[in-house]
Amino acid sequence: MRFIKPLLEFSAGLKTTFLSIFEKPVTVQYPEELRPVAKRFRGRHELKRYDNGLEKCIGCALCAAACPADAIFVEAAENTDEERYSPGERYASTYQINMLRCIYCGFCEDACPTEAIQLGESYELSYYDRKDAIFTKEMLIDPVPAGGAPTPQVTPKGQFDRSVPEMQDSQD
Amino acid sequence: MTWLNVLEWIIKSLILVLGLLGGFAYLTWYERKLLARMQVRYGPNRTGKFGLLQPIADAVKLIFKEELIPTQAEKVLFILAPILTVVPAIVITATVPWAPNFTIFGYEVKPYIADIDVGILYITAIASIAVYGIVIAGWSSNNKYATLGGLRSTAQMVSYELALGLSMVVVILLAGSMNVKEIVEAQAHHWFALVQPTGAVIFMIATLAELNRAPFDMPEAEQELTAGYHVEYSGMKFALFFMAEYSKMIAIASIIATLFFGGYREPGFLYGTFLSVDKFWFLGPVYLLGKILLILFGMIWARATLPRFRYDRLMAFGWKVMLPLALAIVFVSAIGIAFAQSNPLYYWIIPVVSVGLGLIAVGLLDKSLRRKINAVH
Repeated sequence: MRFIKPLLEFSAGLKTTFLSIFEKPVTVQYPEELRPVAKRFRGRHELKRYDNGLEKCIGCALCAAACPADAIFVEAAENTDEERYSPGERYASTYQINMLRCIYCGFCEDACPTEAIQLGESYELSYYDRKDAIFTKEMLIDPVPAGGAPTPQVTPKGQFDRSVPEMQDSQD
Repeated sequence: MTWLNVLEWIIKSLILVLGLLGGFAYLTWYERKLLARMQVRYGPNRTGKFGLLQPIADAVKLIFKEELIPTQAEKVLFILAPILTVVPAIVITATVPWAPNFTIFGYEVKPYIADIDVGILYITAIASIAVYGIVIAGWSSNNKYATLGGLRSTAQMVSYELALGLSMVVVILLAGSMNVKEIVEAQAHHWFALVQPTGAVIFMIATLAELNRAPFDMPEAEQELTAGYHVEYSGMKFALFFMAEYSKMIAIASIIATLFFGGYREPGFLYGTFLSVDKFWFLGPVYLLGKILLILFGMIWARATLPRFRYDRLMAFGWKVMLPLALAIVFVSAIGIAFAQSNPLYYWIIPVVSVGLGLIAVGLLDKSLRRKINAVH
C-alpha cells in the first residue's frame, strides 16, 4: 500500500485539473456582459427631474458645500414664469462635477434638499483628456420623462412658487 | 548527389523549420487555452475566432517593442545568447523521421533531414548545447537574478541529463541500434513505453527538467527570480528565448514519441491493417502529430497541476532517486535481453522488474518525505 498510495494521491491532483476543463468558466466577458451593481452602489451622479419635466435642482449649492473633495461647482440664476427651469426662485445655470476629484462618498446626495442629485449605477468613466473629466449639467441631467416638457417651460403664474417640494412622511 | 537531392533537402528543411516555428506560435495558443480551461477561465478569445490570431498579435507586439541592452552587459555575449538558445532547439529534430521512406514519381524520399547511425548521440549532444545559451544569457546580463537563473539551469541540466541519457541507453539496448529510424521500426509491435514503463516515466520527468518547464522551472521561477535568465531581455531577443523554449517543447515531444511511443508508426494493435503506415506513408505524420499533441497536453497538464520544487529537493530527487533508478533499469533491461536470447519469455523480466523498481522508488521517496515531515512536528 505504501508504494501505491503516493501515486494515487498524485493522480487525484491530476484528476482535479483534468475535470475542471469541462467546468463552465467563471470569467465575465466584461464589455459584452455586465455584472449588475450592488443595490446601494454609488456610481456617476444623475440630476433628476419631476414628472412634468422641471428640474429638481434649485441651484442652492448645498451639495458643493457638503462635498469633501470640492468636486462640485454650482452657479444659480433666476427663474421666471416665462422661462422656468425648476420650481421656486432659482435654478442651476451651471452645474459641473469634476469626476477626477469626486470620491463617490454620496454626501451631495444627503445634502440635497430636493433629492435632485443622486449617485447612479454608471461606472464606465474614463477619458483621454483631463478636461473631459469635468461633467457638465447637460451630461449629468436625466432625459425628460414621458409626458413631461423640456426646460425652459412657460408656466402659469403662482403654480411653482415653492422651491422645495412638500415632503410626506420621510421614507428613509 | 544530383540537384534533386539538393531540392529534397531544401524542401525537408523548410518543412521542419517552418513547422517548428509555426508550431511554436500555435503551441503558445494551445498552452494558454488549455491552461485557462484547467483554471476554469476562457483564455485568449478576443483576437479572431477562439483567439486564433493571438500568436500573430503577440509577434507583432514583440517585433515593435524597444530593445534594451544594459550598459554594464557584455554586448557580444548578450546578443549571442538568444541565438545560441534558439538554434539547437530547431536543429535537434533533424534525425527524427516523420514517415517511412516513400517514393514520389519514382524518386525515393527519406522524410528526415539527417540519416546518421548515431542519431541518439546527436540528440543528446544538441540537447545539452542549449544550456550554454541560458548560462551566457544569465552571465552577460550583469544582473543577479539572471545569473542565479543561469546557475540553477546548469546545475539542473547536469543532474537530469544523467537520468535522461541512461533512459536513452535503455532504448538503445531494446532496439539494438542508435539509428532513430531503426528504433522506430523496432517498435512496430509494441512500444518501448510498454516494454519499459519506468524508463519512459524517467525520460519524461527528465525532459521536463531539461525543458525548464513546471514543476522544474527553477531557472525562471517568477516568484523567486522575477524571470530568471531573461530578465534583461526585451523585444525580439526575448521572443527568441520564448521561441527556443516552445520549439524545444515540440522537438522534445517528438523525441519522446519517437523513442518510447512508436514515432510515426501506428499503435501496435493496428499493425498490418489498412491504417498501417506500411500501406499509406502519409499516415506517418498524422500519427506522429497526434502523439506530439498528446505529449504536449501532458506537459501542460503537469504545469497546471504541480507546484514548483524546492531547489534542494530538486537536486536530491535528481541525484538520489532518478539516477539510481535509471541505472537499475539499464541493468534490468540488459539482463532481460541477455536471458531472452535463450527463451523469449524472459522478456517479461524487463517490464515486471522495472515497474517493481519504480514502485519501490516511489515508496522509499514517500517514506523519506514523511520522516522529514514528522521530524518537523
